[in-house]
Amino acid sequence: MSNNEFYSLTVNGVQHPVQDAWVGESLLYVLRERLGLPGAKGACEQGECGSCTVFVNGSAVCSCLVMAATVVDTEIATVEGLSSDGTLTDVQQAFIDEGAVQCGFCTPGLVMAVHHLLDQNAQPSEHEIKEALSGNICRCTGYGRIFEAVNTAISRRQENAR
Amino acid sequence: MSSVKTRRDVLGTSALRPDGPAKVKGEFDFTSDLHADNMLWGATLRSPHPYARIVSIDASSALKIKGVEAVVTSEDVPGQLTYGLISSDQPVFAKDFVRYMGEPIAAVVADHPETCRRALDAIVVNFEVLTPLTNPEDSLNQSVPSIHPDGNVIRNQKIVSGDITATGPIVVEGDYVIGMQDQAFLGTESALAIPDADRKGVEVFVATQWLHEDQKQMAACLNLPEEKVRLTLGGVGGAFGAREDISLQVHTALLALHVGRPVKMQYGREESFFGHVHRHPARVWMRHHATAEGKIVKIEARFLFDGGAYASTSSAVLINGITHTQGPYKCANAIVDGYAVRTNNPPCGAMRGFGVVQACFAHEGQMDKIATAAGISPVEVRLLNAMETGDALITGQIVESVAPVARCIRETAALPMPDPLSPNAHELDLPGGSGLTAQPHNIVRGVGWGVSIKNIMYSEGFDDYSTARCTVIDGKVTVKFATSEVGQGFVVLAPQIARSVLGLDDVVCDTIDTNIGSAGSTSASRQTWMSGGAVDGACRMVRERIFEKVAAENGLNPLSLVIEDTDIVDSMGTFRIPVLQAVQGSVFSEEFEHHHRATEDLDDDGQGNCHVAFAFVAHRAVVDVDPELGLVKVVQVATAQDIGVALNPLSVTGQIEGGIAQGLGLAVMEEIIVQDGKVRNPSFTDYLLPTALDAPNVVASFVEEYEPQAPLGAKGVGEPPCISVTPAIVAAIRNAVGKDIPRCPVRPQDICL
Repeated sequence: MSNNEFYSLTVNGVQHPVQDAWVGESLLYVLRERLGLPGAKGACEQGECGSCTVFVNGSAVCSCLVMAATVVDTEIATVEGLSSDGTLTDVQQAFIDEGAVQCGFCTPGLVMAVHHLLDQNAQPSEHEIKEALSGNICRCTGYGRIFEAVNTAISRRQENAR
Repeated sequence: MSSVKTRRDVLGTSALRPDGPAKVKGEFDFTSDLHADNMLWGATLRSPHPYARIVSIDASSALKIKGVEAVVTSEDVPGQLTYGLISSDQPVFAKDFVRYMGEPIAAVVADHPETCRRALDAIVVNFEVLTPLTNPEDSLNQSVPSIHPDGNVIRNQKIVSGDITATGPIVVEGDYVIGMQDQAFLGTESALAIPDADRKGVEVFVATQWLHEDQKQMAACLNLPEEKVRLTLGGVGGAFGAREDISLQVHTALLALHVGRPVKMQYGREESFFGHVHRHPARVWMRHHATAEGKIVKIEARFLFDGGAYASTSSAVLINGITHTQGPYKCANAIVDGYAVRTNNPPCGAMRGFGVVQACFAHEGQMDKIATAAGISPVEVRLLNAMETGDALITGQIVESVAPVARCIRETAALPMPDPLSPNAHELDLPGGSGLTAQPHNIVRGVGWGVSIKNIMYSEGFDDYSTARCTVIDGKVTVKFATSEVGQGFVVLAPQIARSVLGLDDVVCDTIDTNIGSAGSTSASRQTWMSGGAVDGACRMVRERIFEKVAAENGLNPLSLVIEDTDIVDSMGTFRIPVLQAVQGSVFSEEFEHHHRATEDLDDDGQGNCHVAFAFVAHRAVVDVDPELGLVKVVQVATAQDIGVALNPLSVTGQIEGGIAQGLGLAVMEEIIVQDGKVRNPSFTDYLLPTALDAPNVVASFVEEYEPQAPLGAKGVGEPPCISVTPAIVAAIRNAVGKDIPRCPVRPQDICL
């Protein structure tokens, strides 16, 4: 498939050269298959399920819908970059504590979506939480434990802020 | 951040999943995340036609594409040309005929998924297109030609029970239609096959529900001894029945052996819709005869399950459906006729609920009709007829399981109702959601009920045993099993069992692979009972060895020793030693097979003890409906579920909430649309799944009555949540709009036209 394309992507603050890539490759494919960052998951390839959610310049996007070669001059953040020292973020810990993880395939995308929500809005309403997560499909949990995880993360942040 | 650990993660606690940290960090290895050095990609050529004769296949152009290593067809299958869970009727690759849209014809292997796609496009297949058989009623017609050498009727079974002339003053009937649902697990089918250097064996990492069944079917098709097909469970992104059948297992291994290099296959979402079986669409007619008070006197029923082109588990789905005709209610007299038939529609097989979903949708519709005729409430009619332990099913089988049906109904009824819809309700709380499509003053609210019985474990004489090994080295416990972890949480339950039995806390699960005996399938709500029983048995055997050692060293009777928390104590209360201390320097390892009690086939009249055990659940649904737009918002689902005991309450809650969401999907949005044998919506854009905005508020109550037959007192909890919630929601819609809606999913036109 080599078209001898060469470009580089900045992912989680690190520059990655992308060599010999076909120009049609999605950001999801390049992250997973070329850069060794499989945290974003492919489940629908249509931007419906949110499993592949990453941040591009701080915006949450479906990486399956973004051509990798179009985001060369951006800051890309993936689930692997949420925590630099290997510890869990408050959202990740809340997902574990509240039983929001079953098969876990949607989990990285949901964790990204929740971080994005709480970065924009520290105290979202129930409706705001549901709307913010409605682009992420989970087939196992029925969402109940995920809502609990979001609420737990919010309340722990508030406690820590006191 | 996390609280200080003050308790041991034993049975009964909400122990947290050991795979949780890796999953939230994106570090958990799903099968689709696996790579091998020198790896190639495989892809499948599929039929665009539901029924056609293959005239010729020409792959010469595909083979000329740079990067393409090989193309394989049925000519290249070294062993058995077909596979199947119950009957081996499905070709590895179609040879003479394709019998459903999406049937595999060939597979390519190349250096990049895009090269594979171009190669598939370059393969020329000449078809003689035939008229598909798509109406399952036609499959029963003897004059319609068979579309498969095994015939068009996969199975027919009757049940004749008691006095078939019995009747009563109330006679109600309904003709119910259940749509084709997709399991829609998030992690699509994936496998990585690594051939042995001599190409006489293969290692396969695969997302599956049953490693040993895959191994058996793969070995037969690959013409290899079973021990040369070594399977390891790759991370599984959900299953719900769709991974019980072979999908890409044989193809991936075949390609790897063919080219002598590692090969990975992974379906995209569209291919996934064609690559696995679905929930059977069914038509169920029922006529109930009842006393004036509303007690069931007799049930007449006819079931027609559309099995699609290949048998899969259709024959077992049929038996599950017809043997659950009466639901969780007393009934002495019945005459039931059931068929599972072959068509050129997509093949159908296992999905959570397995035939009982279809039966329940019909019998619950009937219960509401009896209630109306008798002038009593939906709750009263269900309490009046509620089954109890010791009652006989229409198969003659006595229900020996704990059967707290009335308690499930009462506890559900006691759960709080939601607040009425506010005139100022947020748009997201209205049917249709955002965009202000519905106005609060147009909304009508309805309440509906569903109650169900579900068999757990496999039926009809099948010995679906499970195997586990417990090894203790210097106090560190390893439990080994081949139980597929598909998301349900057996990897948290198994260590809980070991901690409870052994009094040791350092427990890990070994790799899940075929280096131990079968665990049976992760299906039929059976792994807590079966693999839980196997882990419990293996740990108990190790505990006996530990007691023998401690007794010998201390001059005690091993039978006097027990585990108390983390200590070994004797019954006299004079001896105490921490287990950890007692096992230092020692190695113990024991293996145990757990078998459930034997079951038997049904006779010609459908009589026989064909099931192992039963679980029960009640659901009450509250919906808001816009009758003009035909839009529905499921406001709340209340449920009380018979679970035996809660071994991990958090996991039980997760199963209940997740199952309810899937049942909601079947009630109001999920359906694979098939027209003339062609699937019209194979994508997440067109096949609608419940989102966070569709999820109802769930209020749940555990009905805990220890099940004496179960090794841990616990019943499986996976399937019941999704069974009676669907009829409950549809009943609530009927209640809201006053229309007799006989099908699910309920579409807007079913409400407003």
